Amino acid sequence: MLVSNIEVVPGKRITQHLGLVQGSTVRAKHAGKDIMAGFKNIFGGELTSYTDLLQESRDEAVQRMTEQAQAIGANAVINVRFATSAIAAGASEILAYGTAVLLEDK
Amino acid sequence: MEALIQLGIFTFLLLAGFVFGRRAEKKHYRSIFEREDRFRHIVVTNEKVPSPEFIQHDFTMVAGNVVISVDYFKVVSAGLRSLVGGRISAYESLLDRARREALLRMQEQAHARGAQTVINTKFETSRVSGNAGQGIGSMEVLAYGTALIPSRA
Repeated sequence: MLVSNIEVVPGKRITQHLGLVQGSTVRAKHAGKDIMAGFKNIFGGELTSYTDLLQESRDEAVQRMTEQAQAIGANAVINVRFATSAIAAGASEILAYGTAVLLEDK
Repeated sequence: MEALIQLGIFTFLLLAGFVFGRRAEKKHYRSIFEREDRFRHIVVTNEKVPSPEFIQHDFTMVAGNVVISVDYFKVVSAGLRSLVGGRISAYESLLDRARREALLRMQEQAHARGAQTVINTKFETSRVSGNAGQGIGSMEVLAYGTALIPSRA
């Protein structure tokens, strides 16, 4: 499964266009990490626990997206975009969406 | 007496934010400059369509993200600044750092996969709400793009 955010794939031709696929996830860190992050807000610096959290959830969103693409018989997802929104304190929603296509070598 | 204690706490937080925040920022900028030099050879562009010479290349998506927290001094100085308006340099440097760091992490990933070029780079910024609604809590920046890897064939 190829995942990319470009629209035109070098050396490949799109034979079939299968429509939009998406995957999303909402995640939160446990309260202890939130409290630590609260302290960090006084001293400044990187919040590694949140960085990891968002990284994991992004991977998960992409995973769900590719599963959906596989289910409809695509072999690539192109023009992938990410969107993030904070829905509550300490929790964010990550959405990944793209176009499922069938590619073949030129 | 109570007011005095509150003033004491405020001054302590302000000083802690100033001292530690400033030190963290300086250290971060030093590491950014150093790594930017190291990854100078990886060309990052935001063009959508790869140029013809990349036709035989493999491609893969690379991404880098970072969450950077404000410090108390920045919050207070931004609060004062927004009374009179104008540039809030405290937050400018924060976002500048976050964006460059995200870009560097993306380049690192591209480098690890043996790519020389990253095209169609996009940025995403979002707020990680720490303290509900008061100023900005911490900012997350994500940079993602498509790395073009010279294929071995």
